[in-house]
Amino acid sequence: MMRVLLVMLLAMLAPVCLGPLAAQDTMPPAPYAYNQLDDPQLEAEASALMLTLRCLKCQSQSIADSDAPMAGDMRHQVRSRILAGESPQEIRAWLVARYGDYVSYSPTVSASTWPLFAIPVLVLLMVGAVLLRRLGKRRADEGTSE
Amino acid sequence: MQNRLWLWVPLALFAFFAGLAGYMLTQEKDQFVESTMIGEPLPEFALDPAFAGLPGAATRDLVGGSPRLLNIWASWCLPCIAEAPQLEALKDQGVEIIGIAIRDRPEDVANFLSRYGNPYTRIGSDRISEVQLAIGSSGVPETFVIDAGGVIRYQHIGDIREDDVPVLLAELEKAR
Repeated sequence: MMRVLLVMLLAMLAPVCLGPLAAQDTMPPAPYAYNQLDDPQLEAEASALMLTLRCLKCQSQSIADSDAPMAGDMRHQVRSRILAGESPQEIRAWLVARYGDYVSYSPTVSASTWPLFAIPVLVLLMVGAVLLRRLGKRRADEGTSE
Repeated sequence: MQNRLWLWVPLALFAFFAGLAGYMLTQEKDQFVESTMIGEPLPEFALDPAFAGLPGAATRDLVGGSPRLLNIWASWCLPCIAEAPQLEALKDQGVEIIGIAIRDRPEDVANFLSRYGNPYTRIGSDRISEVQLAIGSSGVPETFVIDAGGVIRYQHIGDIREDDVPVLLAELEKAR
């Protein structure tokens, strides 16, 4: 009975342990996955963009930081599109059209993100108003005490 | 007395944020990145055959006639083995399934199909995930419903389980 349980447990755990190992392809990376562009100016544009694009497989890394095959394929897209004369903004827009804002680490003002930009401004205004009132009061107090 | 009440505001705010953080910790994390291409026309592509046994796949192969399934898969992907019987069942229902093999080799594709069955009419080889990125797919396997006009109508992320088959059939019917 014990042995049966042990075998069942192993059978259940096996896919969990083997999964990530086996789920890798053996294909060579795309041409521009690990190769830089010859023109340093274009490569600088491409790498700046790649640092602000999110890897879809490893979601807390940028595609510049990730070794996932899919991140390599995304770097290839970025570099070959830059080489073909597309601007970084166009490439970002192309990806956002496919994956939503999620793919971009560079936040833009949109229907769901506007509070992120509005709240700090509101807080600063409130702090400013409170400070003005307090300082104004103190000055008035000083004025009367003298 | 009124001033005293104001003293509680910071604590209330703190309690609110602590409560919010606690609540969010109990919520399940959604790891799937959905395509935002639903309702958009399928991007232009023309892929070479993934192996010698079937023709390659292009955008025009998914336009006209009745809705089809576009299955993004790979021979190195374990969940793709799990969904093979469900793809077979969909094929038996008369659904045309066109495959795109991601980062795959012809011999591996042939091997996979001889072992787990071949539900496809065409398989294109996407060696650098370019079509996958163009349609907003973020992994394998994924399955898209493409209507006769070549518009992407539905995305299924992950392997197709038995109870997903009727859902996909319904989506195909809706796309008709």
